[in-house]
Amino acid sequence: MESNTIISIRGVNFYYGTVRALTDISMKFRKNKVTALIGPSGCGKSTLLRLLNRMNDLIDGTKVEGEILFEDKNIYAPDVDPVEIRRKIGMVFQKPNPFPKTIYNNISYGPNLNGVSSRDMDALVEQSLKQAVLWDEVKDILNKSAMNLSGGQQQRLCIARALAMKPDILLMDEPTSALDPISTAKIEELIEELKDNYTIIIVTHNMQQAARVSDETAFFYLGNLIEYNKTEKIFTKPEVKQTEDYITGRFG
Amino acid sequence: MKKLKHNSMSWRYFKQNVFFTLVRASALIITLALGGIILYIVVNGISAISWEFITRPPTDAMTKGGIMPAILGTIYLTIGAIAIGLPLGVASAIYLTEYAKQGRIIRLIKVGINCLAGVPSVVFGLFGLGFFVIFMKFGSSILSGSLTLGFLILPTIIGASEEALKAVPQTFREASLSLGVSKWQTIYRIVLPNALPGILTGSILGIGRAAGETAPIMFTAAAYFTAKLPGSIFDEVMALPYHIYVLATAGTNIEATRPIQFGTVLVLVAVVLGIDLIAIVIRGYMRRNKGW
Amino acid sequence: MSRQTKEIIIKYIFLLFALVSVIVLGLIVFSLFREGLPLFKTVSVKDFLFGMEWYPTYDPPSFGIFPLMVGSLIVTLIATLIAVPLGVMSAIYISEIAPQRIKEILKSVIELLAGLPSVVLGFFGMVIVAPWLQETFDLPTGLNIINASVILAIMAIPTISSISEDALYAVPREFKEASYALGATKFETIVQVIVPAALSGISTAVMLGMARAIGETMVVLMVAGGAAAIPESLFDSVRPMPASIAAEMGETPYGSAHYQALFAIGMVLFCLTLAFNLIADYISHKFRQTGSATL
Repeated sequence: MESNTIISIRGVNFYYGTVRALTDISMKFRKNKVTALIGPSGCGKSTLLRLLNRMNDLIDGTKVEGEILFEDKNIYAPDVDPVEIRRKIGMVFQKPNPFPKTIYNNISYGPNLNGVSSRDMDALVEQSLKQAVLWDEVKDILNKSAMNLSGGQQQRLCIARALAMKPDILLMDEPTSALDPISTAKIEELIEELKDNYTIIIVTHNMQQAARVSDETAFFYLGNLIEYNKTEKIFTKPEVKQTEDYITGRFG
Repeated sequence: MKKLKHNSMSWRYFKQNVFFTLVRASALIITLALGGIILYIVVNGISAISWEFITRPPTDAMTKGGIMPAILGTIYLTIGAIAIGLPLGVASAIYLTEYAKQGRIIRLIKVGINCLAGVPSVVFGLFGLGFFVIFMKFGSSILSGSLTLGFLILPTIIGASEEALKAVPQTFREASLSLGVSKWQTIYRIVLPNALPGILTGSILGIGRAAGETAPIMFTAAAYFTAKLPGSIFDEVMALPYHIYVLATAGTNIEATRPIQFGTVLVLVAVVLGIDLIAIVIRGYMRRNKGW
Repeated sequence: MSRQTKEIIIKYIFLLFALVSVIVLGLIVFSLFREGLPLFKTVSVKDFLFGMEWYPTYDPPSFGIFPLMVGSLIVTLIATLIAVPLGVMSAIYISEIAPQRIKEILKSVIELLAGLPSVVLGFFGMVIVAPWLQETFDLPTGLNIINASVILAIMAIPTISSISEDALYAVPREFKEASYALGATKFETIVQVIVPAALSGISTAVMLGMARAIGETMVVLMVAGGAAAIPESLFDSVRPMPASIAAEMGETPYGSAHYQALFAIGMVLFCLTLAFNLIADYISHKFRQTGSATL
């Protein structure tokens, strides 16, 4: 597990004001794997995810202790620019959130601001949409507003938008919770395909989903990391009682 | 014989009906007041309106002729006020909604904006006179008047812009930031374009106010009469509101110029309420057709 | 320059812009004091504030603004008495009773009323209300307290109505539902639950409406009549402070005692409205409405 670690969390505590949301979390994420973070609402799984690309910076009165190493560098070190981090660690949100722009401009927005020339843009847009398995559906309407797409299409567009930045890691915060079962299945297939090239960390409240898509699973409860192991292990022979109670549906 | 008891349902509904009648009456009174004023002005003013009235300067000691210099002056002053109030107001609102964290400075700024909003227009006039006309030596001029009006409408524009910026969904900001786009670029490329229609319609209401104010320009920009049109921003101008005041109170023949007065009032009301109405209609349309 | 430095610089530039309002407020105070304070080298504060005679152009002049203050306060008070019931009632109608379409129309009406330039309302008072008052009550002039108060009330109503409406609208639905569930009528719910819950917002509205009325210039300049004396009846003319400033500034030589006195009146006016606004601000923060989240 050591050799191909991409992110390593060391003794992280996180506070909203005076409320501690995460307690002494230490864990490692492996490259080109899908890791699922599961647990009941309020367990801190989404908070942890948002710590990985410093999105929690946007919330007033929060405090981080400990280290999160990405490429052997603590992303919370004072000299680190969070913008730089977010370029390499993309994110897909719970609800599809395309910009009220055209499909094309949704994809080109990030690369454009990060200096990709307009000559290369067409190819990049096409490639990103293909990666997100959306190209065939939208290739003729690239100049139409993204707001006209269905929810599932919008979410794949958001994935394509994140992929266009060529990130190393893709964070997904309950990416299918607002979608119908068919769209959900498409996104899950997509995750399967993406893992060859990307490291994916996905928060989900759907345990079947975690079991289906992930290689490793971490179970959180009340801000603590309770158990972290290979997914098949977690779902067949959990070591901790709380994990077992949760995945067998006894609470949560 | 059945007596109406004080806690019986019929008594309770009777009270409710009386109250509702009063409440409806007050809404009606307000509507009638507005309708009556506007109707009266239109009925009396419409006969004075002609192409000459709008395109010619006054003649015969302002007892005849048109009001073109006053219309032009009001346009200049309003544009000047926008040029000052709009950028400052939008920038203030950007700080307040996008950058500021709860604390002393933001509280100070908010109290300052509230107090500025409450400063009487005549005090703005004194401020314009004391600071721009005399201290800064701009004289009574378009510049002084525009600055005074610009600061007068600043709180309105800040309020409108804040509201419009807050209405931009937080998820847009998050999505942009998560793509490794910097905060400023997120504001500039995502937040501002989406807030702009709201900012503009909200600000239009402030702009209408700038066009209609009299007291702030009395000592800072407005001339009783100018034979020539202004050549630079350091010239005095005539302005519609001040022209009305002058004709109605200090003209050479107040009764004889009543038609001109009504005509001028009608033009001013049409300009100001026209501006407001456009804003109100656009806003209603936008609320119904928001893309998110 | 690194991007982070640039971002920080941008942030401080915006802070600077945001501070402009505070700076302008400071400059207003500075200008008023700079031009107005020299008056008190020759006139005592007591004679200025409580002197009964405003004869700025006599020789020797007399700068007592007490009648002007009384004029301001009386028209403001009567305007408030007219505007508060109408403003609050119309707000209740808009927020609680009116059907959706009428609600939207009324909100536009209020907004347009707020947009009417004060000089237009002053003109209306001069040309319509004054002759009517004069004839009906057989008065020497229709330019008097009652005329000015009515027109000022029209100006204050939109402020009072729209801010009250916001406050009423913000009362959590749970309150209303609880009241209805107990068998209260709509009227009882409005009077005993909704209005009390919105009271701080309504008080703020009233304070701001009064501030608007006391500082309003063109209306009192054109329809209050301009007599700088303590009035004995509601049909007497008065000369409220803003009217004095606006009427006399044009004919006053720069730097004269009269000029300084007008700025000093501006100081008084500024302090009065500032007080009203600070009280309103205090009320709205101190007694912040409880939303459902804070229950």
